[in-house]
Amino acid sequence: MSFLTDLNIVEAGELLRSGEVTAVGLLEAVFDRAHKTEAQLHAFLTLDYGGARAAAEAADDHLAAGIDQGPLQGIPVALKDNMCTRGVETTAASQILAGYQPPYDATVVTRLRDAGAVIVGKTNLDEFAMGSSTENSGYGTSFNPWDISRVPGGSSGGSAAAVAIGSAFTALGSDTGGSIRQPASLSGIVGLKPTYGTVSRYGLIAFASSLDQIGPLSKTVTDAALTLETIWGHDPLDATSYAGPYPDPASGLDLGVSGMKVGVVTELSGEGYEPEVEAAVARMIDQLAKAGAEIVELSLPTFEIALSAYYLIAPAECSANLARFDGIRYGHRAEGATTEALMARTRAEGFGPEVTRRILLGTYALSAGYYDAFYGQAQRVRAAIQEDFARAYESVDVLVSPTSPTVAFKAGDRVDDPLAMYLSDICTIPSNLSGHPAMSVPIGVDAQGLPIGFQVMAPALGESTMFRVAAEVERLAAFAAKPQLAEVVS
Amino acid sequence: MPVDIDIAHVARLARLDLTEDELEAYKSQLSVILDHAARVQSLEGDPHVESAHPLGLVNVYREDEVRPSLDREEVLAQAPESVDGFFVAPPALDNP
Repeated sequence: MSFLTDLNIVEAGELLRSGEVTAVGLLEAVFDRAHKTEAQLHAFLTLDYGGARAAAEAADDHLAAGIDQGPLQGIPVALKDNMCTRGVETTAASQILAGYQPPYDATVVTRLRDAGAVIVGKTNLDEFAMGSSTENSGYGTSFNPWDISRVPGGSSGGSAAAVAIGSAFTALGSDTGGSIRQPASLSGIVGLKPTYGTVSRYGLIAFASSLDQIGPLSKTVTDAALTLETIWGHDPLDATSYAGPYPDPASGLDLGVSGMKVGVVTELSGEGYEPEVEAAVARMIDQLAKAGAEIVELSLPTFEIALSAYYLIAPAECSANLARFDGIRYGHRAEGATTEALMARTRAEGFGPEVTRRILLGTYALSAGYYDAFYGQAQRVRAAIQEDFARAYESVDVLVSPTSPTVAFKAGDRVDDPLAMYLSDICTIPSNLSGHPAMSVPIGVDAQGLPIGFQVMAPALGESTMFRVAAEVERLAAFAAKPQLAEVVS
Repeated sequence: MPVDIDIAHVARLARLDLTEDELEAYKSQLSVILDHAARVQSLEGDPHVESAHPLGLVNVYREDEVRPSLDREEVLAQAPESVDGFFVAPPALDNP
């Protein structure tokens, strides 16, 4: 038996336009799926029944009147809870923002609304997007629909779990060090971080501003392109927004990879990589070669120290960005005789352990006497990584690797070892430091039935090329496995 | 490079009112992480750091025009305490 929630955006859009389904019908199917799975998954922090219903009815009215707002019209979309939604609680999964109702919409939210999309709710994440499993959420962990004893990845784990199980057709996440691609990989869906500056960060609760970028988590490569096209574009409200011209991500989806040069990064393999992940990636590389791509092995030596640079730069920026949470203007407030005592108590009570750890780390890395040895040197590594990438793209069109060195891990396995958790992002972090686009596509499952993701990286504004390769990877993989939990609820 | 952290000083800079036990725990975790992070010092050469932005964007300016802003009541409704259009906070200094 097939369900409306099994449809992709293109299929649902055709049924909406032929009148065979309504936006309200799609929304009801999605809410029904959420009701049957949320007790196990906890993908959402908030489901916005009223707002979603009104948006779905409006989409149906527009469709009936012949007003076509584009591919996301009437499509149920989930938002990571670090994107501001006017009047709907937005916490970034932190207790310090419990009850916060933003007085404005993030630009991506405005764009989704203008495109007729139906925002179903706000998904769980690691607190302030700091983590790789959702276990750092201030409101409890999300679980993986492929095995509910495991994490969905993170920090956009709630968005990944929701799309994987069908509680949303597509979702937005944010990616600072891999927080879209790693959960997409661990949850068996497509996820991508576009070129830095192409999606507005206005209304995204900031973690590390030079790295943060919003992007889609979707069921298919085409759905991801349609979602990206809806949300990106220049925004004067974000000073780092790119003015254009923008590439067309969908322009090469059917072209295949014949004649393209695909670089394999030798640093992203070996110790710490699960053999089944490496084998699946190697098989896909062989398939790309058979499909006409020229495979080139490349060494990018600075990738070895990318993680180290990241864990100085990201915490440094986080320590500055999170200074705004002080108990004065919004969110949680503790008692204190002076402003400083109130702030220090509020922050100690409101932030969880990982956020506290990163604020301390960043404060230290920026403090007098250590600045040049740590933060300054990390910025030089960042520049060297950008040079390494530039050299690689002189000889290849894209670079490929696993998205994550492992499949989804058991909840609790890495919570007591921050460094082990940080290693989850070893393949994804270089593209954040360079600002380049990168994308994860599911290519298979391991012997335990857990999904494996394949990463495609491209140069700045190389989205057309990246999507072209990703679409071929999707065709070659013919990934058709379904999460265990989907069998249970069917 | 051995990493010695005055964790109480760092916590004070970060405005985090942590207990002695918490400070000790964070100090040992930070040592492990900084030990790994210190690998950035293995970088050879001295690349020129121009911009963190991949597209080399420069600062942008806009005309200083009056525009509608957020509704004051709606903004203050999110504050833990407000009076007459102001945020309320305790004194900045201890009363002698």
